[in-house]
Amino acid sequence: MILLADLSTVEEFVPIQQKELLALLSTGVREDGRKFDEYRKVEIQTSIYEKANGSAMVKIGNTVAVAGVKAELGEPFPDTPNEGVLTVSLELLPHASPSFEPGPPDENAVEMSRIVDRGLRESKSIKTSDLCVLPGKKVWVIYVDIYAMDHDGNIVDASGIAALAALLTAKIPEVKVEGEDVVLLESTKGIPMVERPVPVTVAKIGDYLVVDPSLSEENVADVRVTMTTLESGIVSSIQKSGSGTLEEPDVLKIYDLAYEKGKEIRSLLAKLG
Amino acid sequence: MSESIVLITQDGVRLDGRRIDELRPVKMQVGVLKNCSGSAYIEQGKTKILVAVQGPREAHPKHIALPGRAILRTRYHMAPFSTDERKSPAPSRREVELSKVIREALEPALFLEEYPKTVIDVFIEVLQADAGTRSAGITAASIALAEAGIPMRDLVTAVAVGKVGGKVVLDLNEAEDEHGEADMPIAMMPSLNKITLLQLNGRLTRQELEEGVNLVKKGIKELYSLQKQALRARFSGAQVEV
Repeated sequence: MILLADLSTVEEFVPIQQKELLALLSTGVREDGRKFDEYRKVEIQTSIYEKANGSAMVKIGNTVAVAGVKAELGEPFPDTPNEGVLTVSLELLPHASPSFEPGPPDENAVEMSRIVDRGLRESKSIKTSDLCVLPGKKVWVIYVDIYAMDHDGNIVDASGIAALAALLTAKIPEVKVEGEDVVLLESTKGIPMVERPVPVTVAKIGDYLVVDPSLSEENVADVRVTMTTLESGIVSSIQKSGSGTLEEPDVLKIYDLAYEKGKEIRSLLAKLG
Repeated sequence: MSESIVLITQDGVRLDGRRIDELRPVKMQVGVLKNCSGSAYIEQGKTKILVAVQGPREAHPKHIALPGRAILRTRYHMAPFSTDERKSPAPSRREVELSKVIREALEPALFLEEYPKTVIDVFIEVLQADAGTRSAGITAASIALAEAGIPMRDLVTAVAVGKVGGKVVLDLNEAEDEHGEADMPIAMMPSLNKITLLQLNGRLTRQELEEGVNLVKKGIKELYSLQKQALRARFSGAQVEV
């Protein structure tokens, strides 16, 4: 069959699709049979690419994201001479959706990338002081590059979980400092992770809050909110996305969903060792 | 992360002398530019922002036009001289993201379906940045849109709350943003009590999140009345009230 165009994202069709989905939600079920607070099955595989210091593939239903960690010795930022550097970026591969195109990232890609980056950074999940090798001169620069490979909704969570899984299982060489020289040793160590920040996205469709939106839910959602929470219950980043509105009580309802689901995902990550 | 700076004293007085629930001094003016459909200037503490609205006008390029509504375009941009270190004028990833969330904060208030096939441009130029620029930009943009005569459900009003020295405070300045523990900008349509922008950088507990949402409403209420004042000042004298 030849698909002439992907009509699901054509603006004129959204109200019709939303009406259908709302009628379904009003009976208490979602299109794919899930409950409102039910996350799709999450699969995590790690160490899938040998040349990366760490890597992971995360599937949430049919959504797939992979993350690769590369560590290099580089210079610290002048204002933080004793701290390693973390660089996170997310690329929406054209493989993932007919609406993704190669080339410079559009605003959606930039936003998603920054949501994932903030979740890891603001939670202070990496003890960057432990990544300092020669104060002011040499530190570990940790690159986390994430590829969204297949898009069936909720790329942000898949990317955030993939990044976290890759970081948790990454190995970087141990080093020996001889005067001004840094010698890389054969032995390796893990990246000093002190937190496990898990992003959880909730979509608001009409008055309904649904966790882990599928692509068709995302297409008609008024608003998406991603909250990244930590084990302790601290929320380390929030992003509302989309041109709809939230009621005040939604904020805590979304928090409670995000924290609850975050715990479930964190227990999957704990099994990675 | 310098622990040496005391951002807030035991009795709740901040670096610049404010209490925890106090806004910085705010000035707003509507109709400051000649060649736009609407414009506004805002100063909030040392943050200074100029907003221009152009349109509704014909969409260019034509293919971006939508048959059922106007397109809202927003550009949040920081002047190279607005920060301590010169900022490259090329749009950064941060500016791209903020332009998007600001658009999504303003869009719910506008009756865009009144102007099919057109574009409404909102240009937010940060002339001096001292924290709270996206929220001050939104506050000013909404009164510039009102001056442009675009029908709106409500104004949009924004301000940040944050966590500084362990306390939840209103309207962070730059030092508080830099050395504090969290920054949470929020925009609302105040009369409709709806949230149109919500972001958080930093670390908050559930209770602090709740406290923040409550505290932000106080600031938004004050800014909302300043917005209305600025609009009244612009249009007073234009018409005799009956």
